[in-house]
Amino acid sequence: MSRRLAVENLQRAFGGVQAVRGVSFALDAGEVLALIGPNGAGKTTCFNLLNGQLRPDAGTVRLDGVDIIGLPPRRIWRMGVGRTFQITATFASMTVRENVQMVLLSVHRRLFGLWTPAASGFRDEAMALLERVGMGAQAERPCGVLAYGDLKRVELAMALAGDPKILLMDEPTAGMAPGERQELMALTSSLVRERGLAVLFTEHDMDVVFGHATRIIVLDRGQLIAEGTPDAVRADPKVQAVYLGGAA
Amino acid sequence: MSFYLVQFLSGLATAATLFLVSSGLTIVFGVTRIVNFAHGSFYMLGAYLGWTLVERWGGTPLGFWGAVAAASLAVGLLGALMEVGLLRRLYRSPELFQLLATFGVVLVVQDAASWIWGSEDLLGRRAPGLRGSVDILDQPFPLYDLVLIGLGPLVLGLLWLLFNRTRWGTLVRAATQDRDMASALGVDPARLFTGVLFLGSALAGLGGALQVPREAVNLHMDMAIVVEAFVVVVVGGMGSLTGAFIASLLIGQLQAFGILVFPQITLVLVFLFMAVVLVIRPYGLLGRAEDAPPTAASPGPPLIAATGVARWAPALLLALLAAVPLVAGDYALIVLTEVVILALLAASLHLLIGLGGLVSFGHAAYFGLGAYGAALLVKHFAAPMPMALAAAPLLAGLGALAAGWFCVRRSGLYFAMLTLAFAQIVWSVTFQWYGVTGGDNGILGVWPPDWAAGKAAYYWLTLALAGGALLLLRRAAFAPFGYTLRAGRDSALRAESVGIDVRRHQWLSFALAGSAAGLAGGLYAFAKGSVFPTLMAVPVSVDALVMVLMGGIQTLSGPVAGAALFHLLETEAMSRTDWWRLVLGAVILVLVLAFPKGVAGFVRDLWTRGRDS
Repeated sequence: MSRRLAVENLQRAFGGVQAVRGVSFALDAGEVLALIGPNGAGKTTCFNLLNGQLRPDAGTVRLDGVDIIGLPPRRIWRMGVGRTFQITATFASMTVRENVQMVLLSVHRRLFGLWTPAASGFRDEAMALLERVGMGAQAERPCGVLAYGDLKRVELAMALAGDPKILLMDEPTAGMAPGERQELMALTSSLVRERGLAVLFTEHDMDVVFGHATRIIVLDRGQLIAEGTPDAVRADPKVQAVYLGGAA
Repeated sequence: MSFYLVQFLSGLATAATLFLVSSGLTIVFGVTRIVNFAHGSFYMLGAYLGWTLVERWGGTPLGFWGAVAAASLAVGLLGALMEVGLLRRLYRSPELFQLLATFGVVLVVQDAASWIWGSEDLLGRRAPGLRGSVDILDQPFPLYDLVLIGLGPLVLGLLWLLFNRTRWGTLVRAATQDRDMASALGVDPARLFTGVLFLGSALAGLGGALQVPREAVNLHMDMAIVVEAFVVVVVGGMGSLTGAFIASLLIGQLQAFGILVFPQITLVLVFLFMAVVLVIRPYGLLGRAEDAPPTAASPGPPLIAATGVARWAPALLLALLAAVPLVAGDYALIVLTEVVILALLAASLHLLIGLGGLVSFGHAAYFGLGAYGAALLVKHFAAPMPMALAAAPLLAGLGALAAGWFCVRRSGLYFAMLTLAFAQIVWSVTFQWYGVTGGDNGILGVWPPDWAAGKAAYYWLTLALAGGALLLLRRAAFAPFGYTLRAGRDSALRAESVGIDVRRHQWLSFALAGSAAGLAGGLYAFAKGSVFPTLMAVPVSVDALVMVLMGGIQTLSGPVAGAALFHLLETEAMSRTDWWRLVLGAVILVLVLAFPKGVAGFVRDLWTRGRDS
């Protein structure tokens, strides 16, 4: 399997708080890697460091062997890193289909057109992606009025529209009903198989994590404390301590 | 040496007044998030009321200071009244509607003051006991100004006590930091807001009343002070009292010494200073990121391309307009020519506000640059009209490209203030560069050539050019360019993470909007036959803003409807009564209260409701 992402010794502090300290891990194509840990462990900070929203104090992030530290999010996205957000971020004044079309326009660098209507660009591609995530029927609804779980799926379609090699999903199933969660993650897993994607996701629902991750890394207070297959991580006493509130 | 000391002291006296007014503005903004244009009107009312009361009671020190206090309290009550009667009904409207409403109040107050006190400057009596001056290192310095210098820190101290040692003040601070949380804790926001408006307006009134012994009270005090107060508030950091105090001191000194060092650019110095501060410190001297106002325009419903019959509405309107010269006389054509030009100006501003969520307070700069670009070519190079009209959008576009590069680096009200700063810079250069621009004499004799000199011919020309530009703006809104601009407004985070360079796109939009406004300016120059610096002054920027807001920002036809409505109203009111500001202001207030989504938004809602039922 080919190595997609190599993270080494990532560090980031906010004021006096060391949010991420010396995190290293790798992500290969075809993997579904779960990043778990209690609230405040530094998961979202990690994500923001990976997609360029934050700049690390130290460490390297290599994407297909290329150092991406210091690049803005839009450049990292063009290199093949898609992202969904913990708190969904879509274009609320556009319809579901237009949201996906917007991404496709960006992929094809058609953002500066002044004449041809945007709504006619890449319509079929957008619809195909929406069908894939089960949002085809709601394509013409404004994004501003969607239920939370549906927004998450729109975000997934938007991320896929960029044809990413790596997908960063920050709590992809938060706010969804249990059935929906399994459905979305099953969809994600099948996308990984179809497209040879590499997925890194954070999640609080342990059923989702242990049901769908191929590998798990555990973060606590900014440090990686365990890494391995779901079974190995489940059995790890350090992980149990963090999650069951044993030793401090 | 002593000369500089006196200059320094007079700078401090200016600073004290600035602080009184801007502290009120920053308190009101901090809690209500309202950009209160009427704050300057309260200052002016304080001065007029102060003048009347001082004339009556001001013979004794007690009477004088009683008059000042009474004027301040009365203005505070008016502020509270504005909150209860007007603003309270608009808290659920888009934030910009509150701004529009306060502008309506500005117009009403101007005419009310002119009606009560007349249009002559009023000289008040000096403060009893403080008439003389003291010698400071052999230079005389007015005693009254010394008192003012002491008053600034005193008010700061009292406000500090109020906000840190009283329950009410604590509530206000809580509401400043988190409005929703404060109301969740059982604070009645309505009562709190009324109180805050009372306090803020009373401070403005106090600042105004204190001017009576210093300067003539006149009808231009309101706009002058509100722009300066905004500069102070922005430089100090929105919502920060201490910041406002420091900024007042700095700007007071800048004004005192700027006139000695750079007499050529006195008018622009304060705005240059603000621009520099904002470029270095994005949220002002003591402001924090989280106090920054959100982007002014909240995302609206999807723009829906017109379908069915409505799709032909623009073409139909154009055809109708083109036929007007067959029936209308010269006067109607002149007015209609102006309407078409202003529609383009409003639509270009709407590109920024409606699609980009970028509220510009200085759009007149590009209108003016276009007008002057055309006029200067005619005057200095005897250029033919087509060349001058081609140069207008070009010069304005270049100006917008330069200013926009700075402006788009900030958002919300900070963006608005930077656009205002650049507009003031352009205006003052035009005003003070006498040799080239003719200063306030303007440039005369910018008439179209014979083939376009007839009113109908020029109207058709305007309709073709402005109509074409309007069509292009409309296409652009539905094209990827407009969508990308909206994407950046809806969620900059998402936009950046799907490869959109939001800032660059906003920059280009700013240039596009600027050059469209420039074309409007060029057309306006030839329509009027002359250009003056007032074309790029604050009132024109505000007019454009009012047109956009009147029409409603959520539709593309809004600005066109708003421009027509505003200009026809203004022309009609001006021709019928001297009190046209009162009429216009009252109409704005009624419109804001009756159609909180703007006229075009209202019509569209009716249309959709009719279709759905």
